[in-house]
Amino acid sequence: MAGNTSTLHGRAAKAVAGKSGPHGSNTPLRYLLIGIALAFLLLFLFMPLASIFAEAFRKGAGAYFESFDDPAAIHAIKLTLIVAAISVPLNAVFGLAGSWAIAKYEFKGKSFLTTLIDLPFAVSPVIAGLIYILMFGAHGWFGPWLNQHDIQIVFAVPGIVLATLFVTFPFVARELIPVMQAQGNDEEYAALTLGASGWQTFRLVTLPNVKWPLFYGVILCNARAMGEFGAVSVVSGHIREMTNTMPLHVEILYNEYNFVAAFATASALALVALFTLALKSFIEWRAASAQKFREGERLPDNTPLHQTS
Amino acid sequence: MTQHATATAPKTPRRSKKRGSVLPGFTPTMGFTIAYLSLIVLIPLSTVFLKTAGMSWAEFVEAGFSTRVLAAYKLTFGTAFLAALVNAVFGLLLAWVLVRYRFPGRRLIDGMVDLPFALPTAVAGIALTAIYSRNGWMGSWLEDLGIKVAYTPIGITIALIFIGLPFVVRTLQPVIEEIDVELEEAAATLGAGRWTIFRKVLFPTFFPALLTGFALAFARGIGEYGSVVFISGNMPMRTEIAPLLIVTKLEQYDYMGATAIALVMLVISFFLLLAINLLQRWSSQRIGHS
Repeated sequence: MAGNTSTLHGRAAKAVAGKSGPHGSNTPLRYLLIGIALAFLLLFLFMPLASIFAEAFRKGAGAYFESFDDPAAIHAIKLTLIVAAISVPLNAVFGLAGSWAIAKYEFKGKSFLTTLIDLPFAVSPVIAGLIYILMFGAHGWFGPWLNQHDIQIVFAVPGIVLATLFVTFPFVARELIPVMQAQGNDEEYAALTLGASGWQTFRLVTLPNVKWPLFYGVILCNARAMGEFGAVSVVSGHIREMTNTMPLHVEILYNEYNFVAAFATASALALVALFTLALKSFIEWRAASAQKFREGERLPDNTPLHQTS
Repeated sequence: MTQHATATAPKTPRRSKKRGSVLPGFTPTMGFTIAYLSLIVLIPLSTVFLKTAGMSWAEFVEAGFSTRVLAAYKLTFGTAFLAALVNAVFGLLLAWVLVRYRFPGRRLIDGMVDLPFALPTAVAGIALTAIYSRNGWMGSWLEDLGIKVAYTPIGITIALIFIGLPFVVRTLQPVIEEIDVELEEAAATLGAGRWTIFRKVLFPTFFPALLTGFALAFARGIGEYGSVVFISGNMPMRTEIAPLLIVTKLEQYDYMGATAIALVMLVISFFLLLAINLLQRWSSQRIGHS
């Protein structure tokens, strides 16, 4: 769904110096606009972020760290890491295979397939959970069969992994497709001509070319996998020390009015989010300088831009 | 073995007309893509349609359009629309400021715009509730003014503004970067004032992108669950959003009811997805990347 919003391909392409309109840059209007923008961000972005840590440390650092000294909290952290460790690599492999198939070949229905890959972004997380209940729940399609064979999917870890796979499905693929399309097949043809096998071409030519967008997609996928709430909440059954991930643990603590522990767990998730954003900015910066470098190769510095284009 | 290898090596790779590429690996990667897409996304999603197909029309209308459900749709679409509108205005302003002006902390702020994408929705939900509840930073202050935010539709709208903001900013940023300053200079030379330049020169250029960002924020808003459930209070008929109603029905083992609402929401989401795709095509034509 999210189109090309915020893909690395789109974000790195910019790198323009600040250009200002015809009415000069040091006008009162400029300061007014910056002021309104900052006030809006302060209210809607920075205040919520600050409140997480303020609430978590309300009763001091001791109470904060005590919140993690709880078997339920430790289990939730472990389960969150396990779910991310399964779903992120699977969706990364899918992202590589899917973008190779879509970007490197021409076939009918390509844009339809790309839309289908984006589909999970358009689906409410709650519905993402519901569909696995309809498939694997006690009254679902495979419910009776699973029951006979004593296999538990819904209200157990496999259901959580499936729901997480669904909501994080497009992340890696949609980062890789535009980059692979833009790079074309020339380098791969060259490798094949020089006698490389298909696998060697992929591993030694394609993979190094897409390593930044791949990494970018993986960290976004990971952030969502660790933080998913709606879909996981529907399929988990909220069984403490069994099927509680960190976001679900936050909800339970919050509903029990154990606010310090709820916000302490939330602050750990917020740190993961901030770390993700920091990595993301770093990758954008790397990708932008790599792009400048490539463009610099193509354009000698004494060639004015408008003569070459 | 070696003889066989040398015998096949000189064979020149033929350019297959159908795929226009000599790269190997189309069949396995495409096969894996289709299989994985079907297993994780398409087959599970089809359950919603098949389950509803097993209901009679009367049952479907009863489950999907009862008074309580209609109130939930109204609230969900109303708050999502309002939040997307607020985001369209402030997202545009923010995108403009981030692209056109240089000020200390700009890069930090540019990076932080994505916070709602990265922050788990439940975390955002409890943080916003803490701020806007009666003794919170904003709540206590607004209470004196007689405004209640937490556990009202205003609270839901605020949560959806938080969630939707990056969609508008990130859709508009590349478009504003593409706008040629010379265009504005030409308009200014011809005597146009700031407001005229904005209305006649700038606005038409980024309008498709603005609409796309609005639609993305709206689509995200109608499905949102985690950030809303804490601040909404979840009172039936008053602050109960449609995704929450699906969860409530599921907890009561009313699978028919949950699936009927899910189908209505899915169909609307698919139409929005289609509209967004068309808008993006329009937008990229407008800035000259057909």
